[in-house]
Amino acid sequence: MTSLLVIIVLVLLAIALWQLTKIFDLTQVGQGANNVQVATDKDNNVQGYLMFGFLAFIYIFTIYGLFAWGHLVLDNPASEHGKDVDRLMNITWVLIFIVQAITQVLLHYFAFKYRGNKDRKALYFADNDRLEFIWSVIPAVVLAGLILYGLYAWTNIMFVNEKEEDVIVIELYAKQFAWEARYSGEDNVLGKANVRYIEGVNTLGVDLADPNAQDDKVVTELHIPKGKKVLFKMRSQDVLHSAYMPHFRAQMNCVPGMVTQFAFTPTQTTEEYRGSKKMTEKVANINKERAKRSAVLVAKGESPLDPYTFDYLLLCNKICGASHYNMQMKIVVDTPEDYKKWLSEKPTLVESVKPEKASAEEPQGPSSPVAKDTIAVAVDTTKVVAAVK
Amino acid sequence: MSDHGHDHHEHDHEHEHHHKDTFITKYIFSIDHKMIAKQYLITGIIMGIIGVGMSMLFRMQLAWPEESFGVFKFFLGEQYAPGGVMKNDAYLSLVTIHGTIMVFFVLTAGLSGTFSNLLIPLQIGARDMASGFMNMISYWLFFLSSVIMVSSLFVESGPASAGWTIYPPLSALPQAIPGSGTGMTLWLVSMAIFIASSLMGSLNYVVTVINLRTKGMSMTRLPLTIWAFFITAVIGIVSFPVLLSAALLLIMDRSFGTSFFLSDIYIAGEVLHYQGGSPVLFEHLFWFLGHPEVYIVLLPALGITSEIIATNSRKPIFGYRAMIASILAIAFLSTIVWGHHMFISGMNPFLGSVFTFTTLLIAIPSAVKAFNYITTLWKGNLQMNPAMLFSIGLVSTFISGGLTGIILGDSTLDINVHDTYFVVAHFHLVMGISALYGMFAGIYHWFPRMFGRMLNKNLGYIHFWVTAVCAYGVFFPMHFIGMAGLPRRYYTNTNFPLFDDLQNVNVLITIFALVGGAFQLVFLYNFFSSIFYGKKTVQNPWRSNTLEWTAPVEHMHGNWPGEIPEVHRWPYDYSKPGHDEDFVPQHIPMKEGEEVLNH
Repeated sequence: MTSLLVIIVLVLLAIALWQLTKIFDLTQVGQGANNVQVATDKDNNVQGYLMFGFLAFIYIFTIYGLFAWGHLVLDNPASEHGKDVDRLMNITWVLIFIVQAITQVLLHYFAFKYRGNKDRKALYFADNDRLEFIWSVIPAVVLAGLILYGLYAWTNIMFVNEKEEDVIVIELYAKQFAWEARYSGEDNVLGKANVRYIEGVNTLGVDLADPNAQDDKVVTELHIPKGKKVLFKMRSQDVLHSAYMPHFRAQMNCVPGMVTQFAFTPTQTTEEYRGSKKMTEKVANINKERAKRSAVLVAKGESPLDPYTFDYLLLCNKICGASHYNMQMKIVVDTPEDYKKWLSEKPTLVESVKPEKASAEEPQGPSSPVAKDTIAVAVDTTKVVAAVK
Repeated sequence: MSDHGHDHHEHDHEHEHHHKDTFITKYIFSIDHKMIAKQYLITGIIMGIIGVGMSMLFRMQLAWPEESFGVFKFFLGEQYAPGGVMKNDAYLSLVTIHGTIMVFFVLTAGLSGTFSNLLIPLQIGARDMASGFMNMISYWLFFLSSVIMVSSLFVESGPASAGWTIYPPLSALPQAIPGSGTGMTLWLVSMAIFIASSLMGSLNYVVTVINLRTKGMSMTRLPLTIWAFFITAVIGIVSFPVLLSAALLLIMDRSFGTSFFLSDIYIAGEVLHYQGGSPVLFEHLFWFLGHPEVYIVLLPALGITSEIIATNSRKPIFGYRAMIASILAIAFLSTIVWGHHMFISGMNPFLGSVFTFTTLLIAIPSAVKAFNYITTLWKGNLQMNPAMLFSIGLVSTFISGGLTGIILGDSTLDINVHDTYFVVAHFHLVMGISALYGMFAGIYHWFPRMFGRMLNKNLGYIHFWVTAVCAYGVFFPMHFIGMAGLPRRYYTNTNFPLFDDLQNVNVLITIFALVGGAFQLVFLYNFFSSIFYGKKTVQNPWRSNTLEWTAPVEHMHGNWPGEIPEVHRWPYDYSKPGHDEDFVPQHIPMKEGEEVLNH
């Protein structure tokens, strides 16, 4: 309702301004020139000063923004390559600020300085090859530097030699509107999978007949060990999703029908990251904001918000449907020991499928025919698995 | 074609037409380029009102998430805003249709359609477009596609809501989101018709510019507006058909069970039959248009600005040939950079390297353009008409928005800001606001040419300054929330306590957006009232050099009553030494011993 009022006020304000200009126009009646709507020297003067004022506005707004919102920007990367990304980002920002500062000054200052009047005549200055050359070459050289640094970093980040490097392979699995993760187990190889194998507990469609799948584990909370490179293999079962892990400077789309990948080495455990000074401040800030909102909720008779503690997150960052805005998974970076312990306590997928299969098959007897082809395949494979064991 | 013969023929034509110029042939099914330009403009403005209005609604949801508003109830109804609270799929529909309308219907058809149609014949000295009939068909197809797009807002399952990029599978499967049902079908049909319209327009522009230039109007005497429209049309012809093919293949996938873009899908409890397609293929096809589209939107705006800055600086545009060269370079590069939208799409990272390289190259011609504009202002005699203010504003946002492109175009940096509000801030400044400023500049400048009356300059000043402050007020803070990692296209970020400290910024952005949006009413009032009650214009109010100002104020078929003026000089002889006036129109012959000072 308040915003409706705001809009009404704005509209009224606009109407008031129209009226003002109408009055202004009326004062000019009788001066009668046909081109009364063309800028006069007075207009040039006023607008020239406004241009200068606008330059001040841009500068003050930028500086205000850096102070007021600068702390919101992600820093302290929690992955090894993140430091490279941030360094390149900072270099680029410095360049951008320099160029922005110079060009905006020139543009608005010239607009002010050379505001027109009747006595002035403009300089006839049509071209100058040396100037054109300078401002083609300077950007080219600067950009060449950025490109080289960027490509160097990009190559290091994106090209992973799975066979030679010591990596932990984990699958990230996306579906509307949740994430799951599959650990490749002792063999560090993920079992084959296809949506056509999806059934019951086997929500990722893992081919249970594949020997590599026997030790795979599926979880809904991602744990990764500090200091060890993790190679994520990503799949999606329905639409495009994007696995976005902002604190690790990591993102890759999950595409139905293909496997995509991204690798990084976490450098700070969740505990360590929480303990950093900036994060403590940020969380305190957020909790202040949440306390304010809770007060409003309590006044309405609703339950207050929980206080916030920091956790790494995996967010969906590609529009994927109505609940896209709430598709997340918690990421925990453990010490290697904790990670090992946590993982060893999780059952393998094969173990979780077995009891479900048994209870599903019992009432009908083991030899009853199954209607759907895909299910038949799945049942067969579990039998094979059992036989192998 | 000899000028004389051409004239003669047109005169006969004119004569026989005169008597049967009914309301319908004059105002509706007109084949006169000036009327078609006005039709494009007014349709574009109406679509603009819808598109901008939608952004006001979803900005309110973002600032005050899940609160109840009377305006939501009024505009969205019970179905999409039960109890006045916007629903999440309604939010996605709004952002989708906002994007589609602004990019295609306002900034492509509304901008390019209006000014290419108005200015190409008038500035090159032609009686009309090469094919007036095709021009008319082009407009009516655009109108039809607009009607279909708007009507898609009213279908039962809602309009398309997969984002304006309509990536499948989301856009292909009604099970994935309700908007991908009938709404998406209408979206695709509308766009297919739109593309047909755009192609007809573009072909016409290219043919007209190449063939119908008046005597003396060599390619290097063309105003930069024409160069921009001409090259824009070429880019459109190269890239729009690819979007058409993507749309057709998507229609096949949706309705006829093919698997071009779909594979291995399990949704709503069942496995679908699709096998072997790839959404990445769609992304390639889409962005093969999608990126050049940025320049289809931007180049006409830059062309318009070049003309207006030169005229109002009373100075030649600096580096005319460099400007043409940079338009050509941008046009070429624009077709080989599309992959920078796909760094993290799952395509081979090696391709990412290539596209980083080509993308950052495009910064060079862009920098040349920006510096040339600034140099044009230097030692000028700046006439601060509203059109000039919008042109300077364009240069400002073009620089501010363009610079952050260096971050997004660098694959390494893109990883962490891809699909965040940083992207939203970047492209709105560099193409949204800049192109909109170009459009406004064009309207203020050529309104007298279109309607024979002047826009009110004081309303124009108010319009510019409020818009300029609000544009930065909206998009500058957005960089910060993007750098904080906030993804775009989130209905609300209240499910992520991590982002709770961004809420104040979101409120500020929305307030700027609402104020800026409301002040567009000043423009609308000025525009529509001046059509009828504006001050009558003189023939050449801005004392400009180009040919359109040599034609009589009253519109007529064939543009010039007598012979088409012959051109004797380039269009930028402003404040040329040796002349009394500070402008020398193109049709004025060179004086005895006068030298050509530009090269």
